Amino acid sequence: METAVPAPGVPKLTRRSSGLGELTRTWDAAENFCVLDLGSTSPANIRHFTGRGHKIYSEDLLTASTDPAMFTPDESGALVLDSRKFLADNLVYPAAHFDVILCWNLPDYLDESLVKPVVGRLWSVLKPGGMLLAFFHTRDAGPDAPCYRFHVIGADTLEMTRIVLRPEARRGPASTGRSPVADGFQLQRVFNNRHIENLFRDFASIKFFLARDNVREVLVVR
Amino acid sequence: MSAPSTGLAQTAQIGKSVVIKGELSGSEDLYLDGQVEGSITLKGNSLTVGPNGQVKASVEAKGIVVQGKLEGNIQASDRVDLRKSAVVTGDITTQRISIEEGAFLKGKIDVHRTDGK
Repeated sequence: METAVPAPGVPKLTRRSSGLGELTRTWDAAENFCVLDLGSTSPANIRHFTGRGHKIYSEDLLTASTDPAMFTPDESGALVLDSRKFLADNLVYPAAHFDVILCWNLPDYLDESLVKPVVGRLWSVLKPGGMLLAFFHTRDAGPDAPCYRFHVIGADTLEMTRIVLRPEARRGPASTGRSPVADGFQLQRVFNNRHIENLFRDFASIKFFLARDNVREVLVVR
Repeated sequence: MSAPSTGLAQTAQIGKSVVIKGELSGSEDLYLDGQVEGSITLKGNSLTVGPNGQVKASVEAKGIVVQGKLEGNIQASDRVDLRKSAVVTGDITTQRISIEEGAFLKGKIDVHRTDGK
């Protein structure tokens, strides 16, 4: 199993998060929350939630999407990601299982073919009334915006570590047509507000927070 | 299981060339650097999965240290340590947990605390 790891020698950054601040008020007032953290294993996040008596699930979908076993040939013989196969192996949880899903910047870096199926699965595993936090880059962030892993270190404060794939995970299957990832995940697209609203149209409500670092935070409620 | 010659007194050891399929249980600490498929029960004792260890088993022990690969649910009455080389797929239930940066986990972590700890 390949993993994404923090880039060595790169200083850790911090940022304030209004979305996290709002979520914190929810889980601080609750007991035995069930949290799904979508990213590489974060000791800080595990410490944060288990220290408050909550259960945390950890799953790294970005790295899982580089697994050669997830690719199948299309009509022209080119290998493409198979969303059905991907969802058979990932995000396999009972319906309405989680109170909170920390999606972070996953949709910005996930392969196009997986974004809608994954958001659909996230809707189904989130409890009615449960909340999902996601970050989206604005166009001003530029196409080379680095992919960060977010670690909760305060009520509304995140530590960010740039993540890279270990060398063995960078190749992907041969002749997939995908460009090799040189040193990390690449921004796949920029969602505008309408795209984001469409992406989460099955959810009951959506709230936007525009941050100073060219990131829109989105808090949706099922 | 045989006692190692150095370093790990009172600890049984399974070397990296050993493959075991079935139920593994005992009442002494165990260092496991080989392959085990089935279940491991060491109530009151500790299990260390070494860097070459490959475990496909449900594991129950007092303390569990993972440096290698473990696929299965982990239940520790005291603590779990996932070292940076650990690759764990399964749910963890424990009183205390320590995870080094770089460790991989796919699964749930449920930390139960008892009074007085």
